[in-house]
Amino acid sequence: MIVSKADLCDFCGCCVAVCPADAIELHEARWVLLPDRCTECLNCVAICPVAALEVSDEE
Amino acid sequence: MKNSYDVIVVGGGPAGSRAARMAAEGGASVLVLEKDREIGLPVRCAEGVGEIGLRFISKPDEPKPAWIAHRISGLRTVAPNGDFVDLNHQSGFILNRKLFDYDLAREAADAGAEIVTKAFVDGLTFDDGYVSGVTANVLGKRLTIHSKIIIGADGVESRVGRWAGLRTHFNLHDLETCAQVTAAHVDLDPDRAHFYFGQQLAPGGYVWVFPKGAGMANIGLGISGEYSAEKSAMSYLQQFLDRYFPHVSVLTTVVGGVPCARALNKLVGDGVMLVGDAAHQANPISGGGIIRSIIAGQIAGRVAADALKKNDFSAGALKQYPREWYRGEGKTHNLFYRLKEAIFNLSDEELNQTAKALISIPVEKRTIAEMFKIALINRPRFILDAIKVFL
Repeated sequence: MIVSKADLCDFCGCCVAVCPADAIELHEARWVLLPDRCTECLNCVAICPVAALEVSDEE
Repeated sequence: MKNSYDVIVVGGGPAGSRAARMAAEGGASVLVLEKDREIGLPVRCAEGVGEIGLRFISKPDEPKPAWIAHRISGLRTVAPNGDFVDLNHQSGFILNRKLFDYDLAREAADAGAEIVTKAFVDGLTFDDGYVSGVTANVLGKRLTIHSKIIIGADGVESRVGRWAGLRTHFNLHDLETCAQVTAAHVDLDPDRAHFYFGQQLAPGGYVWVFPKGAGMANIGLGISGEYSAEKSAMSYLQQFLDRYFPHVSVLTTVVGGVPCARALNKLVGDGVMLVGDAAHQANPISGGGIIRSIIAGQIAGRVAADALKKNDFSAGALKQYPREWYRGEGKTHNLFYRLKEAIFNLSDEELNQTAKALISIPVEKRTIAEMFKIALINRPRFILDAIKVFL
């Protein structure tokens, strides 16, 4: 599962822009991954300008 | 706020505000929903525009002095080995985007549009296949607001486009992931916008240093998303600052995505239109999107008002907007995209050779077209593209 290091996130929307599965919601001050939609393509992890996203082993 | 409008614009950036203004001036009732609590902030932008473009979108008025942080009169491109090439008579401005966006929104309001901030749109409603409204959270209230036409001006992460089935997501290659600081105590030629190229500095993109006056500058870079898995844009920026500007003070840091993509196949659907970054309309080679977004918003808002008068909000009727966009700005969009692919593939050695060749041309004889011709000397099939877009 993809998790966000919330203190790094700037809510810029890059992760949303490259998510082919519409699995990321970006509320004004909240990053939300919809795990049942996520295909773990890792586009969001790759694009993040501040490397705020990472793969977590925890489900 | 009412529960029904002719046009709802999602997003209060330049594209959305201009679309709202044009639709309102055309007689439509218009609501603008902005997710952030303030129009114009945060500024996710390098803020550079050309003088011709700014004058064009200001017509019939002059650009307002308050919009402009600093005026520049030339460009400097820096090769990986540090050689630089100056280009004169390239008049442009570094904007104060917060005030600029504020003013565009104020113009929309003056035309009759209603603007609501801190309004978080979280879905569209549909009626018989037509987009018929939005669902939104506004100041803690769940609302459904109806409309005849939705204009999605919701930026690079556009969700209006996705909800409407217009496939607005990017592949990694075509989204530049960017980081920027606004810094003080920056030592550089204040009359020039500076551009640094190199595969080590900014693979698939470039570094910009835009002076803002009083020793301030926007220093930022974009790299193609395909290169950022190993090293983030912010890491590349830190590396650049350490090497070229180690003594500056950073006053603001911001990150964001810039579309450097081909034009979207579909800019409209039944009851819906996309403008600005949501429509991938930034210039694919420079990433410049302010003027292009406003031009697109201007067309879309007018076409929306016309469609309302004819009571036809079908994709067929709204297609007048992409038709006009492709006759103007859109005409060269995919040529710029092809040039981007060629230029950002140049090796550091080719970039150094290009600088060397250009330095031998007297500065008054250098042109942008000439720069591209020399840079693409080993890629002749792109030279014609460069001539088409720059002459």
